[in-house]
Amino acid sequence: MTDIAQTVSPAPTPGAAFMRALKSFALLRESTPGMVGAALVLFWVIVAILAPLIAPFDPLASLQPMAKPGTVYAQGGTFWLGTDHLGRDILSRIIYGSQTVLFYAPLATLCAYTLGIMMGLAAGYHLGWWDIVLSRISDIILSFPVLVLYIIIIATIGSSGINIIIAITFASAPGIMRIVRGLVLDLRNRDYVAAAQTRGESAMYIMLVEILPNARGPLIVDACLRLGYVIITIGVLGFLGLGLPPPDPDWGGMINETRKMAMIFPHMTIFPCIAISSLILGFNLLADGLREVSLRD
Amino acid sequence: MLILISKRLGFTVLTMIVVSMLLFLLLEISPGNVATKVLGPYSSEESRQLWLEAHGYFEPLWWRYGTWLGNFLSGEFGDSIRFKVPVADILWPRLWNTAVLGFWTFAIMIPLSLILGVLAGMREGSKLDRVISVGSIITTSVPEFASTVLLSTVFVFGLKWLPGTSSMSSGFDWRQMILPVMVLIIYDFGYVARMTRASMAEVMTTHYIRTAVLKGLPYKQVIMKHALRNALIAPFTVIMLQINWLLSGVIVVEFFFAYKGFGALLLEASLNQDIFVIEACAMVAVFVAVASQTIADIGYTYLNPRIRFT
Repeated sequence: MTDIAQTVSPAPTPGAAFMRALKSFALLRESTPGMVGAALVLFWVIVAILAPLIAPFDPLASLQPMAKPGTVYAQGGTFWLGTDHLGRDILSRIIYGSQTVLFYAPLATLCAYTLGIMMGLAAGYHLGWWDIVLSRISDIILSFPVLVLYIIIIATIGSSGINIIIAITFASAPGIMRIVRGLVLDLRNRDYVAAAQTRGESAMYIMLVEILPNARGPLIVDACLRLGYVIITIGVLGFLGLGLPPPDPDWGGMINETRKMAMIFPHMTIFPCIAISSLILGFNLLADGLREVSLRD
Repeated sequence: MLILISKRLGFTVLTMIVVSMLLFLLLEISPGNVATKVLGPYSSEESRQLWLEAHGYFEPLWWRYGTWLGNFLSGEFGDSIRFKVPVADILWPRLWNTAVLGFWTFAIMIPLSLILGVLAGMREGSKLDRVISVGSIITTSVPEFASTVLLSTVFVFGLKWLPGTSSMSSGFDWRQMILPVMVLIIYDFGYVARMTRASMAEVMTTHYIRTAVLKGLPYKQVIMKHALRNALIAPFTVIMLQINWLLSGVIVVEFFFAYKGFGALLLEASLNQDIFVIEACAMVAVFVAVASQTIADIGYTYLNPRIRFT
């Protein structure tokens, strides 16, 4: 019985799943935009990891206010991108800001995915009232403009890193749930699910081990796109003054703090704008490349 | 069709009730702040308590919610704490301003993105397709707040061609509309263009297009008469959903350009815990969301008779 079931079900072992994931990333070489996207994301990841080594100044230190890009600092070093109104080096703040965004955005996306996947699996696999209740809840949340939801939540419970993660999880999980539910509805009738059911596996095991790994393709593409949106969201919240509390460097907050001076010192806002746009572009191109590659085979 | 509409209507009412209840609960988490925001940080504890009492904050939550709901149903939205006027007096003019902004954005964005999408999808993989596709990914990747800052740096501070704020304080001024509309178009057209491209590319691979080409019809006629009609069904839904997006998409733009619209109102109300304004705005948002979705579904069945909603 067990033997038959195992030949029917492809029972993906962790090792094989990892190799397959690696293969689809290797296929990415065939898509130029995908490669550019991967390079951009990788660039910012490396910058974030090496921040203490490559940042020329302390991101919080007041050195020389309103220096133009390229100004040489009297006590050694150069402000390659200038300094802001409080005399903090913009290049160093952008470098350290990449740590902030690459910590909160993936963490918030991961939380949203964990919740969304659980909801989607439960709704799609069990159907019945699970499906009715969960789908209704997500319909209600989704019929509300997302940014409005973020602003009301953050303005009410206060702005801090953990609250931003809570707000993003709450607002994005329903969208993820819909995608997962759709995928599960398709996968739940496959032979290997029937085999696992005959084997007497628990519903939890079937959902997590049999169904979820086979739904990963569209989910990976969606995760890349969603990471881009989450970065935009964190940036927008910072821009509206609802982001991470100062003085920690946060790209959206940097733009908000200095935008009133953009008339005289455009460098203070332009460089953080370029930084955040390039990271989002990286994730969008990566998602596009992955989709193109996955459609090919 | 009637069943669909009445079902949606029921769903709208249900959503509105749930959302308004959730908002009341959410704003209940920090009630003391409301008085501080109204009376200022230097007001005495006693005066804050008096203010809370005078505005009925010590009544039980269900009673206040019930009162609000009753008033709302009879068209009475309550008074704004922040603006000290009835909510309806500020809500409708603000909504109108955002509608004007949205109208110009859509009037330019829809033709632009449809043309670009069709041109790209007509010959999938061509040089033009690649340029349009990559271009639309790039413009969608620049967040609105970044493009507001970049565009105003160039056009307001650099070239000094356009005004930097759009408060419309001395009547309607089209020069003040240009930048907000431009930012919204730049952020949004890429998405619609990509959807149009995907739909067009799919239609171009169908048998009836191949038949039309093989029977020797001019390429232009194949595109105009056979392909376009079917390729524009999917983008229609996407465009309808953009109306919902626009309601929150305008927040950043209105905030930056000090445009007196719905988004800016909602932002200000949220920051000041102006509960009746938030509730009224939320109800408008939910209504617009469900209504645009319903119109999209009805239009879709009309355009594509193979699909029927029940």
